[in-house]
Formats: sequence, C-alpha cells, structure tokens
Amino acid sequence: MGLSHVSILRAHPDVDLRAICDSSGYVLDVLHKYTGIGVYTDVEAMLGAEQLDAVVIATPTGSHYELVMSALNRGLHVFCEKPLTLTSAQSLELAAVAERRGLVTQVGYHNRFVATFAEVKRLLDHGAVGRVTHVLAEAYGPVVLEERGTTWRSRRSEGGSCVYDYAAHPLDLLTWYFGPARAVSGTVLGEVFSVDTEDEVHGTILFDGSVSGQLSVNWSDESYRKMTTRVTVWGTGGRIFADRQECQVYLRSEAGLPEGYQAGWNVRYTTDLTPPVWFYVRGEEYSAQLDYFVRAVVSGSTEGAGTTFSQAAETDQLIEMMLEDAALGPRAAEQRPAPSEPRATRGRLGRIRSVRARARSRARGA
Amino acid sequence: MDRLLFGDNQFFGVNHMSEEKARAQAVRFQTTDAVMEVLDSAYDQGIQTFMCTTHERVAEVVEIVRTNPQRYPSFVFYPCMPYAHKYANAVTEHGMLGALRRFVPDEGLISASLRGAGSLAKKDVEGLVTLLVDAEMKMFAGVSTPVIFLQNVVVDLLLGLGFEDAFAMFDRHVRRRYGAEAGFITMNLPMLLPVLERVGVRNPIVCSSINHAGFRMSGGAEAYRAALQEHECRAIAMSVFASGALEPREALAWVAEFPGVESVVFGASSGRNIESTHRIASELWPDVRQPSAEAAPTSDLVS
Repeated sequence: MGLSHVSILRAHPDVDLRAICDSSGYVLDVLHKYTGIGVYTDVEAMLGAEQLDAVVIATPTGSHYELVMSALNRGLHVFCEKPLTLTSAQSLELAAVAERRGLVTQVGYHNRFVATFAEVKRLLDHGAVGRVTHVLAEAYGPVVLEERGTTWRSRRSEGGSCVYDYAAHPLDLLTWYFGPARAVSGTVLGEVFSVDTEDEVHGTILFDGSVSGQLSVNWSDESYRKMTTRVTVWGTGGRIFADRQECQVYLRSEAGLPEGYQAGWNVRYTTDLTPPVWFYVRGEEYSAQLDYFVRAVVSGSTEGAGTTFSQAAETDQLIEMMLEDAALGPRAAEQRPAPSEPRATRGRLGRIRSVRARARSRARGA
Repeated sequence: MDRLLFGDNQFFGVNHMSEEKARAQAVRFQTTDAVMEVLDSAYDQGIQTFMCTTHERVAEVVEIVRTNPQRYPSFVFYPCMPYAHKYANAVTEHGMLGALRRFVPDEGLISASLRGAGSLAKKDVEGLVTLLVDAEMKMFAGVSTPVIFLQNVVVDLLLGLGFEDAFAMFDRHVRRRYGAEAGFITMNLPMLLPVLERVGVRNPIVCSSINHAGFRMSGGAEAYRAALQEHECRAIAMSVFASGALEPREALAWVAEFPGVESVVFGASSGRNIESTHRIASELWPDVRQPSAEAAPTSDLVS
C-alpha cells in the first residue's frame, strides 16, 4: 500500500513529497537510486531532519499509535491507514491530542470516496427510504486461500486479521451512515484456513433509532476476483443496494423523492457518479481520499467525507465490542431452559445469570 | 495497427458498471471453447488483433492459435503485462521481495537465474524488468506479438513515483528481445506523454480511456485533447462505451473525431455485438479491415 500512496502524492500538484521512511532498506535504495526521493529507515531521524507539514502513515496497525503520536507531537497533520489503532482508547487519545493542537486527521477508509457509497450517504441523509429498519454490510475477497500465512496480515496482534483488514471497511461505512454502535451480539470469528487469526466475521450490530445491522465478511472467498464490499439498507420507504459499481434503489412513494429519482427502481452507475481525479493509479477513491486530505491541510477544514480520528475511534470501538462479544461465545444448546420453564426474554446477560443460578441450585441440590 | 482491436475484460469478469454482469460473463466464459467462439467471430469479421492480459487462460487461447495456423493465419496478440492480481496477491502473501523471487524464472535457464540473482543483489532494475517481461512472454512463444504493453497499474504507479527510466528499459527490452514495439496503458495520458518524450521513447503507442462520458480520463477530456495534439504518439482508445454507459454509435462517432486516436480496443460477448460495432466503425473509418474472402467461417475447427 505504501508505494501507491507515494505515487499518488508525488503526482499531486500541491504536494512536495520530501521523504519516505520504510523498514526495508532494499526497497528504499532502489527507489532512491531511480527516483531521487529522500529516504530514511528511522522515522525519528526523518521527522527531526525534514521540515514537514504532514505525514502519511501506511504501516501495520500495531505500530500506528506511537508513530501517529510522535507526528502529532511535532505539530504535523496526519493521514493514517486503517484501522487507526488496536484499541478505541488509543484512538480517542490520538484524536484528543490532534484536536488540542488543531491538526487535520484522516484515516484511510477509502470506501467513503467511492461514489456509489457516497450516494447511499446522500440518500440516507435525505431520508429517501424513510425510517431505516435494517442494514446488511458485506465484504468478500480472496486474501487467505490456503493454510499458511507468514506476513503481519496473519497476526491480529499487529493488526493483520480479517477483522482489521476487511471487516473494518464495511464497519466504517456503517458508523458513517448510522453513527456509533449501541450494542453487538452473535459475533462469530470463524477460521477457514488461518491458524492464528480469523478468516470470517459475522455478527449483529444495533444502532440508534432501532436500526439493526448484520455483518458478513469473508476474506477466504476465491469466487471474488478482488475485494468486494456492499451494503443493503431496508427502510419503510424502500431499499438501497450499493457496491463499488452501482447503486440500485427501490423507492416506494412519490413524496419527497431525492432529485433525479423516481418511485420504483433507480440505478446509478459509478461511471456516471464518479467525479474525475487529477491522477489515477488503482481506483479513483484512493486518489480522492489523499486529495481530500491535502485540501483539508491547506484549508484547515475537515467538513466532508474523510474519516477523522474521532470517527475512526467509533469503528475501533465497534471492532472491540465485536471481539469481546465473540470471546463470550454463543449460547450453548445445553444452556437452554428446560421445556417446562417459561422462555427467558431478558437478553443475554439475564440468560447468563439465570443459567448460573440454575447451576448453583443444581450444585446445592447434589 | 488495425483500427479495431479486440479486448479481453469480458472474458475474465471485469465490468466497470455491474458486478452482476461481470459475474454472468465469468460464468459464461468458464470454458476456453466459449472464449474461442467469440474470438472466432471477431477474427472472421476482420478483427484479428487480440489485446489481452497475461492471464493463465490466455495461454490456452495462444495454444489453439499456434496449433491451427491454417485457421488463424493472421491472428495477432498484443500482450498486456503484468496480470496485476497475480502480483498483488503474491505481494500481500510474500512481501515485495518474496513476490519478486517467486516470479523471476529460476528453472532451466542458468543464465536467467544468474541474471535474477545478480540483478536483485545489485538493485539493478533493468535486469529485473527484462526477466519479468521474459517470464510473462513465455506463453506467447510461436505466435505474433508485434506490440507488447505495460499495464496501467504499473505504468501509472511508476509515473507517480517518478520512476521514469523504467519506461525506456521496457521499450529497449521488447524491441531487442522480441522485435516488438512497446505500448503503454495509462489512466493519465496527459501526464505520461511528456515523460515518454523526455526518456526518449519516440512516437509511443499508448492506450487510454477515451470516451464521451469522460470516464477515467484523469485531468479531463480537454487535457487529453491538448496532449494528443501536442505530442507525437499513436493512441488506442479504450473504455469508449464507458462499460456500456454510452450508446455505441454516439460513443464511436465521438472517438472518431478525437485527435490522435488511431485505434479502438473494445470487448464484446457475442458475435452480434461484434458485428454491430464493426459495422458502425466501418462507417466512421473507411479503412476498417473487412472480413477477408478466404477466411474460413467454420467454428468447428477448434471444438
């Protein structure tokens, strides 16, 4: 990922890319030899020697907190790859430091710059499908397809796992659309091929306004050529489906239609919705998100689609909630009440208490 | 170059407008027979250049063309390399250097592996470029490849990095080793043309999105128009229909008026669509190749 950031930024007319820092001296030597870019293997040496306005951090997530903090403490604006950190507490701390210092922050959730997903946001803000009842967020792709894996991506402690690498993207869309999660349940972290991390993430998420969400993510699905993210939203006034290519919208009523939409089916394609970028490497959204960051640094304004650190902390918190929920585990069949007992309707905590109470009473009776 | 070139996105599940359509095409073209049926109807219409990625399934098409010279006397391949997903997945799994080691050919040719090891050790990119090109070109042995393209993912990454010498290295190698011309696919034509000029790639063949919708034309259609008027090059327009967003006649007429466009590469999934595009193109360009009288209109040769 780092190389394409360098390519996009070096081609940006308002950016003077001063230096890059990487742990691979080999790649740096080749880049320096052929492009003349200033290179460092020690980040503190780079931050000390160069006069910088901003940094872009594209390292494994486990290293983000220290690197970002160091940059913020030097008064630099920061664009950091996703997820921001491995705990929401760290992310909130970084957000607070940045806010205190008046620095621009952004996390690389590029789906917000995919025109179709931005169109969903526009439709939801307009109330196009009425009161939203349910959302399904999905991501599938071919990352881990056999039983091995030696890179940081296969170690959750460094931020490499299906949760951090894949699920974070649809989760960011969900928090963008519906705000911070209120509760999670039924989280399953499933292994397909990996030994040290999960390859599937499934679960239920509840948002304000009685919006329920379902997450379905699998990075061991070879039937997809590349990562595919999609969102389906059901509401009292219709349904929205979006992936990177198109936005299919069914609207029930004639009243209050968004401009350009009719009752019944509407399809908007990325070919129409996507605004042109000044430079394209691997998708408009990657260029657009960095352009947005550069503009925000220049203007000091972060009104718009970019994920700020405090917004990214909401996604980090949601990930934390799901990991905790998965650790609790599902309710086993033998924990169900005996057929003669009334059905519990007290939620899981209540159920756990009643199971424990029964166990205690059984122990006493024995 | 012919006016009309045939592309391969439709065969490998690529569609910029619809994931559903892409999947339907991937299902339809699972067998090489299904691919050949469409290539045959293009060939018999006079569209005899297949501009294709180095996808492993293209190797099967090459094999059929190579072993049936009577059926395909003028079949031409324009290989486009590298097939990016192959490398992207390898880089994710093995890291940048690990991926390079996997793709540098190490079997058989001692000189190749020495060239590889030496190049890696000396950080000699030219040596690596030649090796990677040779590895990708293996599947095209014995068929005609007069133009060899570098894919946009690589061209545009290098362009942004400022790794400009790489374009000249690629150009030198395909000329010397394959007697071919180098082609460059890019989504940033106005930015690329002056760079190619600067590194000494004369009158380059370039392929870029050029369409009435302005889709994937970085910097906008007017910047493309100006760049094509200012720089000597031979341009191939791709995405002329913006993946189906544009009406074919209007789309082709717009491109025909655009300065500097010598050829159009398009994809189609049926003989009927190929015929229709060929008919419209023949009205717009008088020199579009027509079906030759001796072309064998039999499709059962390859079944």
